Amino acid sequence: MEIVAFLHALLVEPFVAMWQNPEFLLEVAIGGLLTGVMYSLVALGFVLIYKASGVFNFAQGTMVLFAALTFVGLLERGFPVWASFLLTALAMIAMAFVIERLVLRPLVNQDPIILFMATIGLTYFLEGFGQIVWGGDVHPLDIGIPKSPLIIGGVLINEFDLVAAAVCGVLVTVLAVFFQRTAIGRALRAVADDHQAALSVGIPLKNIWVIVWAVAGIVGLVAGILWGSNLGVQFSISLVALKALPVLILGGFTSVPGAIVGGLIIGVGEKVAEVFWTPATGGAIEDWFAYALALVFLLIRPQGLFGERIIERV
Amino acid sequence: MIHRKAWLATAVTVALAFGLAAGPALAQNEQFVPRLVYRTGPYAPNGIPFANGYGDYLDMINARDGGVGGVKIVYEECETGYDNDKGVECYERLKHKGPTGAGWVDPLSTGITYALIERATADHIPVVSMGYGRADASYGAVFPYVFTLPATYWAQADAFIKYVAQQEGGFAKLKGKKIALVYHDSAYGKEPIATLEKLSQKYGYTFLKYPVSPPGIDQTATWLEIRQQRPNWVFMWGWGVMNSTAIKDAASVGYPMDHFIGVWWSGSEPDVVPAGAAAKGYKSGTFHGAGQNYPVIHDILKYVYDKGKGHGTRDKVGEVLYNRGVVNAIYDTEALRTAQAKYGAKPLKGEQIQWGFEHLNITTARIAALGAEGLVVPIHLSCANHEGQGNVRIQQWDGKHWHFVSDWIQPDRDMLDAMYKESALAYAKEKGITPRNCAQVSQAQ
Repeated sequence: MEIVAFLHALLVEPFVAMWQNPEFLLEVAIGGLLTGVMYSLVALGFVLIYKASGVFNFAQGTMVLFAALTFVGLLERGFPVWASFLLTALAMIAMAFVIERLVLRPLVNQDPIILFMATIGLTYFLEGFGQIVWGGDVHPLDIGIPKSPLIIGGVLINEFDLVAAAVCGVLVTVLAVFFQRTAIGRALRAVADDHQAALSVGIPLKNIWVIVWAVAGIVGLVAGILWGSNLGVQFSISLVALKALPVLILGGFTSVPGAIVGGLIIGVGEKVAEVFWTPATGGAIEDWFAYALALVFLLIRPQGLFGERIIERV
Repeated sequence: MIHRKAWLATAVTVALAFGLAAGPALAQNEQFVPRLVYRTGPYAPNGIPFANGYGDYLDMINARDGGVGGVKIVYEECETGYDNDKGVECYERLKHKGPTGAGWVDPLSTGITYALIERATADHIPVVSMGYGRADASYGAVFPYVFTLPATYWAQADAFIKYVAQQEGGFAKLKGKKIALVYHDSAYGKEPIATLEKLSQKYGYTFLKYPVSPPGIDQTATWLEIRQQRPNWVFMWGWGVMNSTAIKDAASVGYPMDHFIGVWWSGSEPDVVPAGAAAKGYKSGTFHGAGQNYPVIHDILKYVYDKGKGHGTRDKVGEVLYNRGVVNAIYDTEALRTAQAKYGAKPLKGEQIQWGFEHLNITTARIAALGAEGLVVPIHLSCANHEGQGNVRIQQWDGKHWHFVSDWIQPDRDMLDAMYKESALAYAKEKGITPRNCAQVSQAQ
């Protein structure tokens, strides 16, 4: 009988609760969508680097943290917001040069797993270096983004989340134009498609790596500012990378639209599961549920929703 | 010329001989303290001020008084990163240092405390889990080397219900109310559940539980549920980034801050500052005062910071977690002082300092002499009671500072003692431990 009761709680009661309170379901779904946008922002940085170089950048979360620490550090020293943003963007570009010269270039032609391990080392270096430079305190960050709750038709929406969604939209548009309409973007896509062929037509691989790491750093800066405004700039920000991983699994590692759509699906899925399946599971399921959801999608499309289908002939 | 060289050689030899002889003699009059700290990683914002407060107090005692009873306190920090494995490694590395080995250990983590209980008991080194660790270790008959002073999570949960009853107009008014717990989904976060469930049966309130997956950087779902359920009061057992996120999310769903109370690990500056104006009115439990307005803190500023030897910056002195480090150091050194009264003013072994903890009696007069009036509460330990009276106060954040908004709240000792004993005896049975007979222990001493 206990099993029947459990199955009822798992398979029937959540849907009854959704049916009985559609307004709440809508509120949870909208909250999930807007949270998913924040995950997508972090996932974008991973996608950019993986797309152009085949490297899974384990350090992306720490790059988000480092960018946010630098930005807030400059703000606290009296720089205006625009100058802090500009200087931090320059710092991320400089970091891309250094990483290409000291980490990536010596490892050209090595297996992807070696490059992945190098980014693990980079993670720990950046965390330690960031703490030496900026200290271990929590830094409040307020750049004027409104945070009041809005009630629209009885549904609560946070103004901050709306701003974050707008910023994400602008960023994706800029990236799309950059990839599709500029010579550098075309070169990036060529490198992503085939390193050897790109080199043979004179595309400088090293420059491309610098550019893509710099762009990922600037995307990390935007993500860092938004997450920092929400949580305060602190070392836990680097943990948002954990939230981006199921998004990547679901959306595909090489697709910018995949990062966005994946983020939205994960956001809605985990919030709805957390709220409506808590009576059956005891709650706190959203983290592992996101991975479970991504794995279900993998069963159907192993390359992710928008990932490139890889066919290797033997 | 030869004479001059001979004199010089003689003088150097004598100086070296005295130096070599005096060196070990000085080193022998030192009490060694291993210091498990976390100054790096995601929890560093909480670990740094605590470690600074503790170290600054010991430095002040050494500079002002020449140590405790003339015995200089020496210490070595070991970075745990709030990681259990590293905590055990630090303990093992430091436990034999100093002339008598480690006098005591403050694990600074519930997980590390659990990992050290059996090891430290076997090594005869007191484990001081001040405001964390396992609550049932308060029953000293089963846990002779673990001290939970000055209050446990169970005591705090009971004190919260008493505070809510005061605010609502009496215990009778709790019937029909909804009280929610937002908690870190870990052994630590689940600590108050048994107490709050027991009290819900006694007073008739509905108890709602909201676990949050660590680290808790997104709690949208939790707070949307709370908005639906509309509990009258929300308690929080959080840690690290979970705290500031919860405070912000509570504000974003319009939950009234003055009905939101955090555990004492959710009530410090790193928890409220990131939330900005949203945190104004938020409350938390505490077992000590905040701020610089205590003579003992003035002495730290005078003997440590004025000499440029502080562990941190002057403006951080007096923050909640800084003062908690100071309070921890006060308890530890007072236990050492108590032990010295029996065993003599010399470096002592862990088992001797364990006696000091079991006979610790910090009276109001002693607190005044320490310059800590209002900073710490009187405490009296014994063989059976390793917690003390378990008094808790509620503090509130006004946007810039923490202020007390309640007097000391005495939890229900009869209920807590029975709960500690029942749980500790179950542990003893599981581990094959024969509990001490505290009446006989007292007579023997």
